[in-house]
Amino acid sequence: MAVPILKQAQYLIATIQSALTDEDLLSLQTALVEKVGKFRSRGVIVDVTALDVLDSFASRTLRDIAYIIRLRGAETVIVGVQPEVAFAMVQLGITLEKVPTALDLEEGLAYLDKKLQHARAET
Amino acid sequence: MPTDTNPGSFQLKSIIEKEPMRSTASATALLRELVEHLRQHRTELREEWARRITEAKVLTAMSDAEIFAEATSVYDNYVAALETGTFEALQTYSRNLSERIIPRGVETHEVIGIVLLLRDVLARSLFTKYQSDFQLLNQILDAYEPAANRIANTVAVGFVQERERIIREQQEAIRELSTPVLQVRERLLILPIIGVIDPQRARQLTEQLLRGIRANRARVVVIDITGVAAMDSHVANHLVQTVEASRLLGATVIVTGLSPEIAQTLVKIGVDLGKMNTVGDLQGGIEEAERLLGYKVVPSEAPGQIPGIREEP
Repeated sequence: MAVPILKQAQYLIATIQSALTDEDLLSLQTALVEKVGKFRSRGVIVDVTALDVLDSFASRTLRDIAYIIRLRGAETVIVGVQPEVAFAMVQLGITLEKVPTALDLEEGLAYLDKKLQHARAET
Repeated sequence: MPTDTNPGSFQLKSIIEKEPMRSTASATALLRELVEHLRQHRTELREEWARRITEAKVLTAMSDAEIFAEATSVYDNYVAALETGTFEALQTYSRNLSERIIPRGVETHEVIGIVLLLRDVLARSLFTKYQSDFQLLNQILDAYEPAANRIANTVAVGFVQERERIIREQQEAIRELSTPVLQVRERLLILPIIGVIDPQRARQLTEQLLRGIRANRARVVVIDITGVAAMDSHVANHLVQTVEASRLLGATVIVTGLSPEIAQTLVKIGVDLGKMNTVGDLQGGIEEAERLLGYKVVPSEAPGQIPGIREEP
């Protein structure tokens, strides 16, 4: 099942609705990387609230998405990791290092807003 | 073919059937004679037993007078159980006894030891009495030993069950001392941990914290472990995992109150604390959290009066 990607001002929001196959994840990656360039987005939010399991491939892909998008000049936030999922991931040794995370969509947007303000203030 | 798959059970059955035929008639009579003998020699056997207990240096938690008093009632219960062949009264008594002596630090091996001593003392008195008639001695022992074994068994099981019941109760009590996750400011939680953390409690703690983060939409969590006396690598790793899992939910964790001993242990066992944000004490942790959240505490110009303190005129 393809993941809808919504454009909201200077952000892209991808809300994962159901469990994804590995191909779905890779096409999400391709689509996000393309659209960041196309819409000149400054931030990307991937919402995983609906997922009750995140396996190692999914976590690695999420991490890759965040790294690739940083190279494309935007910031990625993963939002909505469930408490049980979070602990299961950590026990498997998956910690999404250096990838920002936030509680939910609202927090994610707040994080990006703050981050961009900082970036603007510095330039 | 179910008839010959298990020859063992068939053999066993025939033995069981044979046993009562030989002794049903005389067993009750013998047992009665035995009980009579034990009643008659109650005083000296009891004293002999108490002497053996003192000699064996068990039950050091109790005084001689207490041992003698308990020995008397154990002896009477023992004989009553032999006589009636029912063990309910003995079971109740051994449970009562356990309830009384467990808090005084009496060990399992001591209880089993004294019951076996009594069994031995009584058996010896039987040897002495029937030494001239080997046939009768054998029959008496046939009647005595199964009953004595069951008594020893009942007392030991009663004691262990009582112990286990206490342990279960205590475990529940500890579990009920659940660790509260408290909100001190908007988006700031504190989790004070006190006491020993075992793997089960650690898991419960993490669960509560992660739920709390979600329910209170927390952004910063202060985990205070001032009240934790010791920590092993398992618990330390669990703590690190909790910190990482909280981050996945978008919350920053500050750990405060690491005692010098725990700090040294953690470094010695090589727990990776690089990802952990630590501050000396709870106050510092809360101040750091407030800074992260953008709060600033300023003393107000007109301080409120503290109730209960009256100013001098």
